[in-house]
Amino acid sequence: MSQSTPPSFESTLSSLAPQGRTALLPALHAAQEAYGYISDQVAAQIGRALGVPLAEVFGVIEFYTLLHRQPVGEVFLHVCNDPACALAGADTVFKQIVFQTAEAAVGEAGAPAVRVEKSACLGLCDHAPAVLVQSLPAKASPAQTWQELVAATATRPLTYVDGDVRLLTALCGRHTTVRLEEYRQHQGYQAFEQALKQSPASIIESVKQSGLVGRGGAAFPTGLKWESAAQAPGSPKYVVCNADEAEPGAFKDRVLMEDNPHAIIEGMLIAAYAIGASKGYLYIRGEYLLPYRVMKAAVEEAQAGGWLGERILGSDFSFEIEIRRGAGAYICGEETALFESIEGKRGFPRLKPPYPTTHGLFGKPTVINNVETLANIPLILRLGVEAYRRLGTPQSPGPKLFCLSGDVNRPGLYEVPLGVPLRHLIEDLGQGIRHGNKFQAALIGGAAGAFATPQHLDVPLSFEGLRAAGIPLGAGVVTVFDSHRDLRDAFYRLARFFAEESCGKCYPCQMGTQRQLEIMERVLHGKPLPSDWERLQDVGWTMTDASICGLGQTAASAILSAMQHWPDLFRPPRELQ
Amino acid sequence: MTQDRIHLTIDGISTQVSPGTTILKAALQLGIDIPTICYHDYCTANALCRICVVEVKGARVLVPACTATVQENMEVSTTSERVQRARRTILEMLYATVDLSEAPEIEAMAEAYGVNRDRFPGAELRHVPLIDDNPMYIRDYTKCVLCWRCVQVCAEDAQYTYAINFKGRGYETQISTFYEVPMPESTCVFCGQCIGVCPTGALKFKRQHLLEVGYALEDILQMTRSERSGRRRRAERSA
Repeated sequence: MSQSTPPSFESTLSSLAPQGRTALLPALHAAQEAYGYISDQVAAQIGRALGVPLAEVFGVIEFYTLLHRQPVGEVFLHVCNDPACALAGADTVFKQIVFQTAEAAVGEAGAPAVRVEKSACLGLCDHAPAVLVQSLPAKASPAQTWQELVAATATRPLTYVDGDVRLLTALCGRHTTVRLEEYRQHQGYQAFEQALKQSPASIIESVKQSGLVGRGGAAFPTGLKWESAAQAPGSPKYVVCNADEAEPGAFKDRVLMEDNPHAIIEGMLIAAYAIGASKGYLYIRGEYLLPYRVMKAAVEEAQAGGWLGERILGSDFSFEIEIRRGAGAYICGEETALFESIEGKRGFPRLKPPYPTTHGLFGKPTVINNVETLANIPLILRLGVEAYRRLGTPQSPGPKLFCLSGDVNRPGLYEVPLGVPLRHLIEDLGQGIRHGNKFQAALIGGAAGAFATPQHLDVPLSFEGLRAAGIPLGAGVVTVFDSHRDLRDAFYRLARFFAEESCGKCYPCQMGTQRQLEIMERVLHGKPLPSDWERLQDVGWTMTDASICGLGQTAASAILSAMQHWPDLFRPPRELQ
Repeated sequence: MTQDRIHLTIDGISTQVSPGTTILKAALQLGIDIPTICYHDYCTANALCRICVVEVKGARVLVPACTATVQENMEVSTTSERVQRARRTILEMLYATVDLSEAPEIEAMAEAYGVNRDRFPGAELRHVPLIDDNPMYIRDYTKCVLCWRCVQVCAEDAQYTYAINFKGRGYETQISTFYEVPMPESTCVFCGQCIGVCPTGALKFKRQHLLEVGYALEDILQMTRSERSGRRRRAERSA
C-alpha cells in the first residue's frame, strides 16, 4: 500500500507547487511516470501541494483515460480501435496479443505483466493497424508478438508525404526533424522578423486578407479571431496552439510537429505579437509522446537561439511557450475544454458565449489556433497575401493538408490547393483503391464528419464545395472504404467512439451517444427494430440541436449522413422484401 | 427609461425586460413556463440538462433559456417542433437511464410532453448499488440525473466543503468522494444541503430511507448512531 517516494517526484512536485491548480495535470503525469499509477496517498499529496480539493483531484484522474488509479502492467499496449485501423485488422492484432499474454501469464513465472487495451484513434492511420507500446508508435501486423512490437518502437513509423504543392510540408516527409539551423537556412523565422518591423494591426490585416480559416475543423476566419482578441480589454492575453489532434483519421498535426516544429513556434510568435500576448501554451494530446518530445526540444532550441524569451531580437516583444500534455480525452480538442484542462480541471466544455477571444484561458482574451492554421501564418507573410490567395479557390484560399487512409494503395499526408476534386486525392495521389477494388465510400472530416459516395468523387475539396454537398471538410480527414467493406462496422465504431469520448456534461450527448451506440449495435448485427429509424433520427437531431459543444453537435453527423446514403442498412430485413 | 429595456418576442408575444435577463426569466414574466431539471434558483446555472432549450431565430442550434440572456429584437420560440423533439427525446432517454420513480417534477414533464417511457428497448440502465455508509443520509445513484447541484452546493455554491466530485465520464459518470472513500472519511460535514437540492431522491435523509424500508419511527429514534450507519438492515435483507 505505501509507496516509497523517490526524490525525483518530490522535487518535481515542489517545483510545480507555486503554479497551483494549473499544474495538476503535469503533476499527475509526473506521479504516474514515477510510480506507474497514482495511488490515493500520492493523489492527496498532489492535492495538498497544489491547493486542489482532494475530491477534485480524483475527479480529474477519473476523467482522463491515460491516468490510472490502480497499478497497471509493466508493458502497456494501446491497440487502435477506430475505422482506418479496423480495416487493416486491428481486431486480430488485439486478440492475438491478448491470447499471447494470457498464455504467458499461465506458462512463465516472472513474465512481465502486459496490459493491452483498445484505444481511440492514435493518429497513426497511415500505419494501420497502429499500436502504441509504452506510448511509442508501431505499425502492427496480426502475426506479431508483443515482444516484437516493443522492439518495433525503436524506429518511428514514417509517414508518406506528397501533394500538388509542398509549402506547409516543404520540409516534411524526409524522415528527419528540421532543427533550428536548417529551418533558418530555409527562410525560417524570416516571417517573424518581418512581422516585428510592422504594426500588429497590419499583421492582422494581412491574415484577414489572406482568407485563412481555421484548419482544426470549425473553419472560423483566423484574422477575425486575432482582431477580436487584440481588441478585447484585459491582460495578460494568451496564444494557445491546439495540438490535441484526436479526430479519428487525423494525423496531419502529428507530422507537422514531428517534422517541422519551428514553423509552429514561428506561427505562435507572430500570433502573439499581433494580439499582444507574452505567454503561449501548446496543448498536445497525451498519446503523442514522440511529437511532444520533438516540440519540447524545438522550444528549448528556440529559447537558446533567442527566438523565445525576453525582448526577442532586441525588440520590446517577449514571448514564452509552455507545452502541456493531455491525458486521453478527445473532448479536450474542444477549445474551452482544452482551457479547462490547462487550468487543472476535468475537460468539460464551457458555455459559449462568452467566446475565447474575450474570456479564454484563465478567463483572459485568448487566441486558440490549430497546429496547421499556425503553420500557415509564416507562409502567408513570406509569400505575401496575393501569392497565397492564388492557391485554392476564391472562397477557400491556401493549401490544405489531407490525411488519406483506409483502402487506398498509398495512404499518407497530401498537401493540395483547396478545391481539387476528391477523385484526384484518392485516385491520383493515393494511387487508387487497393487490390483493384471499387470505391464504395469515404468518411470525410473524421468521426465528426460525413460520408461521401461514388457520386461525390468530383466534388471539389474546398469549404464551399463540400458544404454544398452536405459534407464538412473538418480537419481534412479522408478514410476510404472499398466495395467489399461492411460499412455497418464503421458506423458502429463511430458510435462507440463518441460513447467513449463524451464528457458526460450535457444530457443530449451523455445519454444520446449511449443510446446511439445501443441502436448501432443492433444495426451492426443486421437486426434493427422497425422503430429504430425514428429513434436514431430523434437521438441524432437532439444531440445536434441541443448539445453544449461541437462533440455532441457532431456525434450523429456521420450516422445521419449514412442513413441518407444507405437507408436499407438501418431497416429490418423484412421491410426489404 | 425605455432605452434600458430590451425588446423581444417570445412565442409571438412582444415584451420588454431589463438587460441581462435570461430568456427563462423573461418568459416567466409573460407567464410562459419553460421546463428545467438542472436549474436551481440558488445554484450556478450550468445549462447542462438542456430541457430548457428554446429556438432563437437566426441561431444555428437551440439555446438554453436558463443562461442565455435576452438580446434586442430577439425572436424566441419555446414550443417549436425542434424544441419539442429535443425535450421529448431527452426525457425519453432519461427514462432509459435513471430510476425516476421519485422525481415528481420530471414525471409531470413527461406527461406534458407525451413521453414514451419505454422508448428505448434494450437500453442499459445506469444501475449502481445503493451507498449506505453513514448515519445521516444514503446515496442511491441509480436515481441520479447528474444535475450537479449536490457537487455545487458542496463546493463554491454554498458550503466550500468539497467532499464530492465525479467518477468516470460520459454515460458512466457518477458522483463520488475522493477514491470512493466512505462519506465519514471524506471532508463531508453532513450539512445536508446536497439532500435539499437533490431533485430525484438519489440523496435521502437516513430517517426517511429507514421509514421507507419498513422501520417504525420509534425504532429509528431509539437507534444508536452506529446502528443507523453502514450495516444492512433486516428489512432490506428480507426485501
